[in-house]
Amino acid sequence: MAGNTTSKDAKNGLMVRPIKDGTVIDHIPPGKGIKIAEMLNLFRQDSVVIIGQNLESTKYGRKDLIKVENRFLRSDEYNKISLIAPNATINIIKDYEIHEKKKVTVPDVLEDVAVCTNANCISNKEPVPSRLYTVSRDPLVLVCHYCNFECKEGLIRLKA
Amino acid sequence: MGFVNRDIVSIKDFKKEELEHIFKTAEKMEKDGYDSTLLRGRKVGLLFYEPSTRTRMSFDAAAHALGAETIWFAGVEGTSVMKGETLKDTIETVANYVDLIVMRHPFDGSARWAADVTTNRTKRGHKKVPIINGGDGKNEHPTQTMLDLYSIRKTQGRIDGLEIAMVGDLKYGRTVHSLSYALSMYDCKLKYVAPDSLQIPEHIETFLNRNHIQFTKHSKIEDIISSADIIYMTRIQKERFPDENEYNKVKGIFKINRALLSRAKPTARLMHPLPRVDEISVDADEDLRAYYFEQAGNGVPVRAALLSLVMGAIE
Ligand SMILES: [Zn+2]
Repeated sequence: MAGNTTSKDAKNGLMVRPIKDGTVIDHIPPGKGIKIAEMLNLFRQDSVVIIGQNLESTKYGRKDLIKVENRFLRSDEYNKISLIAPNATINIIKDYEIHEKKKVTVPDVLEDVAVCTNANCISNKEPVPSRLYTVSRDPLVLVCHYCNFECKEGLIRLKA
Repeated sequence: MGFVNRDIVSIKDFKKEELEHIFKTAEKMEKDGYDSTLLRGRKVGLLFYEPSTRTRMSFDAAAHALGAETIWFAGVEGTSVMKGETLKDTIETVANYVDLIVMRHPFDGSARWAADVTTNRTKRGHKKVPIINGGDGKNEHPTQTMLDLYSIRKTQGRIDGLEIAMVGDLKYGRTVHSLSYALSMYDCKLKYVAPDSLQIPEHIETFLNRNHIQFTKHSKIEDIISSADIIYMTRIQKERFPDENEYNKVKGIFKINRALLSRAKPTARLMHPLPRVDEISVDADEDLRAYYFEQAGNGVPVRAALLSLVMGAIE
């Protein structure tokens, strides 16, 4: 593959510029790209950030996509992305080539990543690290280690 | 059976055989009398962030009957909690003074957190201080469920094969949720009697169906009075209703008095987690089927059994 663009990218007019080294986050649900970029603090760095919104996707109809130069993700960031975009693919780009392709998955245990949806939970009342267990991925259902509350997709918030 | 230093946080952590072991231990203590040397020299901390008179007094009575000392607070007035101390800091401190902590706390999940805190202390070379949950917010109150099961077993000679009716606020009532979970380990027929708006929540129904537990829903006590072995009453709170009219409509229907109770089987027992308000009229107290005060009394042997097992004084 020449550069880190695909024929689909070309159709989407995403020929802005391939990146030399960095990360491409693909298959983000439409509208969630900005949210992920904000969560990863991408707006507060000097390097190139390209966010594509409502691009055509053969698999999902529409999708968002993020390209960011000179930035690689930590494992806790993978976990956070999985909660917003359960089907996202992460491409690690090295010297214009896709060096590694990874699919995010919601981990079995989320340590201090998301907030328990139960307002009366000790983890929301005192400085307690949140801990949620994944009981279902589609739809996403997490259960709180402390209060046993079932946190359902759509209501799950990331820890600030 | 692996009770030593075990945290008693949720009824769901227990297998049927383990519950049976607790009940047999409690039964033996009731029969043979309490050995006042069994827990001599042991200290039990009773941390009651909410004053729950019955739970605290029965733990206190159980500990003293076995020769243990208790140190406690009930209500946070005048404690370091009022100065903003976190639960973690209180537990870290009190764990230095005692061998076991019983805790009642208003926040859901506080008992699991306290148990994690004393487990983490062991990584710093301290001994494990087990936590017994005396009620964490709306979440769990496992020793209440254990004494409920013990009461059923004691009065009927068994739990399997019984018809158990739960009446009142089944939507918000923590005791009926925990009791339903626990009874799913047994072969019982469950009957839920409540106004539509306070019927048993969907997640419990799903759980019962998944475990192939027979249950039916009813809108009046008359439906179940003559066939139930256990009638478990709970209080309907006015705050649960959008307006006073709605509340007044159901208020009278989910009450039991002596006349109604007289239609129950002679072997049936009327239970209630207490305190009652007016859902059981005072005239019913004189009926031999009224069992709620004895039920509360069963808190002592059940809690004494738990203290002894968890502190490793008996196997
Ligand atoms: Zn929680």
